Amino acid sequence: MPRRRYIQAINDALFEEMERNENVIVIGEDVELAIFGDTRGLYDRFGPNRIRNTPICEATMTGMALGATAAGFHVVLHMMFANFVYTGFDAIANQIAKMRLMTGGQIALPITIIAGYGGGGSNAAQHSDSAHPALMNLGGINVAMPSNSADAKGLLKTAIRSNNPSFLLEASARGGQMGDVPDGDHLVPFGKAAIAREGSDVTIVTVGSMVKPSLDAAKALSEEGIEAEVIDLRTVVPIDEAAILASLAKTGRLVVVDESRDRCGAGGYIAAIAADKGFASLKAPVKRVNIPNVAIPFAPIAEAAVLPDANKIAVAVRGIVSKVAA
Amino acid sequence: MAEANVSHNQADYLALLRRMLLIRRSEERLSALCREGKFPGAVHLYIGQEASGVGACSVIEDRDWITSTHRGHGHFLAKGGELKRMYAEIWGKREGICKGMGGSMHVADFSKGILGANGIVGGGFAIATGAAFGAKLRGDGRVAMCFFGDGAANQGTFMESMNVSSAWQLPTIFLCENNGVSEFTISSTVTGGKLVDRAKAFMPTVIVDGNDVLAVQAAVREAVERARTGGGPSYVETTTYRIQGHLEAEDAFLGGGTYRSAEEISAWQQANRDPILRFQAFLTGEGIADAADLAAVEQSVLEEVEEAVAFAEAGEDADPELAFSLMFENQEA
Ligand SMILES: Cc1ncc(C[n+]2csc(CCOP(=O)(O)OP(=O)(O)O)c2C)c(N)n1
Repeated sequence: MPRRRYIQAINDALFEEMERNENVIVIGEDVELAIFGDTRGLYDRFGPNRIRNTPICEATMTGMALGATAAGFHVVLHMMFANFVYTGFDAIANQIAKMRLMTGGQIALPITIIAGYGGGGSNAAQHSDSAHPALMNLGGINVAMPSNSADAKGLLKTAIRSNNPSFLLEASARGGQMGDVPDGDHLVPFGKAAIAREGSDVTIVTVGSMVKPSLDAAKALSEEGIEAEVIDLRTVVPIDEAAILASLAKTGRLVVVDESRDRCGAGGYIAAIAADKGFASLKAPVKRVNIPNVAIPFAPIAEAAVLPDANKIAVAVRGIVSKVAA
Repeated sequence: MAEANVSHNQADYLALLRRMLLIRRSEERLSALCREGKFPGAVHLYIGQEASGVGACSVIEDRDWITSTHRGHGHFLAKGGELKRMYAEIWGKREGICKGMGGSMHVADFSKGILGANGIVGGGFAIATGAAFGAKLRGDGRVAMCFFGDGAANQGTFMESMNVSSAWQLPTIFLCENNGVSEFTISSTVTGGKLVDRAKAFMPTVIVDGNDVLAVQAAVREAVERARTGGGPSYVETTTYRIQGHLEAEDAFLGGGTYRSAEEISAWQQANRDPILRFQAFLTGEGIADAADLAAVEQSVLEEVEEAVAFAEAGEDADPELAFSLMFENQEA
């Protein structure tokens, strides 16, 4: 299996899907030279009718993605940082997410929106958000958050072949991370979680940027005799409830780790699934490790204080495992 | 260069020079220290555009407002922000002008009317328009100046803000710094028509040599007078050039690609185009200052920059607790 960086795997998926289907086009600010590297080389291969720099106009870019589907295109829209999703939110929330239902199912919406998300780089409050809770709340938008190279490629290819609008949120801090990518036409379905690590004492449900620190925490906990099972959701819409509940049935304890704010974040939603449908399995309270209800501060020491990390995850796990043992 | 200004004395001229030079030298220092990894995060430098910010801010008062951009250090200093507090901010220190919570892209000093650099391109249009609306309601003669790039002018809020400013005759000054690029995109490839023509539909406009500090000053003075006396908004476009990359160490993001030539950059650095070299030549040519005067300005600027570096480096790390206490007034997050 070839080893590819996370960002290269996304680039590979774009090349392959554009080769496969001439109706796939890519638009966005600076996609031609590729500020994140994920669209690099596409311009030389496919030219200006398949990939094009847009002006800085997020509100129009998102609306255009919808409009171009009417002409039969599958639009891959790159929005750079997830914070700029807010700038282009009207067409996402009022048009794309609702158009299919409002029109009685008349249209297909083959739209894939890519954005980098997350903190850790001292990029400050307007370049560090994870926009997925807002997107999850819209209803009509699928949201993939790959944690590794293989999933990044496979989920993006699935998104591009889908007639439903999807986001692929890139974990900005993971762009350089290497990983094995299966040969051939590698597709990963939406709504199918992966068991990133097996364990019997506690379930850690996580996604995207938080899978790595969750695995690091699980490793440290293992040395203390606590075996954590780590579930990588891969997509938060649709969400693999069965995988969450099956693991919970096995371990009886749940920690949810997510890089979004606590209030109405993805973690609260997952905890609600456990409370509602997995209550009989629970031997301890469900704990959430996420971002407090603050803007991401700039200074590294202050940013680190609000972002989840392996240590905070391990502390949360110990809190519910030892409580029961005691 | 524009004509000498009859109302200026030597001190006025040297003050303009000093402000421009302070921006230039402090940005050069940041460029070098960035490469050494001396502070966290990214910086977008203002080198080459100094005459635009300094000329424009030289004709407004402390009580007037500006909104700035991701390339905001120059505007901050031009409006009278303190270099050492800005550096401490960029270093993520407690002594920073925003206590280390905002960093380079968010330097702000509300006490000096600096409503903040901004990480959202086009984020300043409506904020400046709102401040101008407030001034209009109060009738106190204050003005709001919105700095923005040619790239930002493609955001829809540009038109929306010009419309409100014009319909209600607000004291808004739209100060477009046209450097021809937005990130790695040549603006002309994504821009229809001329930016100035967009503004013409709403307000008086002028395009000025943005590397001529006196020309910028004269153009903006007229706009400010109009705004203060109830004459409504104006659009001033300064033609200028960004010498540094979009952000420092941009090569790491370009992956070997290029979007402009080395010749083009160097042409803008020549004595006949560089805003500081041009102004220095003007001052000596007109007999306003001699080499010793210029050397004294240079010396004092270098000292201020070194003091600011020392101040920032000696600062204490930001207080992480502030993330919780600063979200609201008298309310924990
Ligand atoms: C809403 C939004 N979209 C995109 C970006 C990314 N971005 C940062 S600076 C920039 C280019 C801005 O160009 P211009 O306004 O001409 O200013 P300049 O950099 O030339 O000073 C872009 C696209 C952003 N920060 N905010």
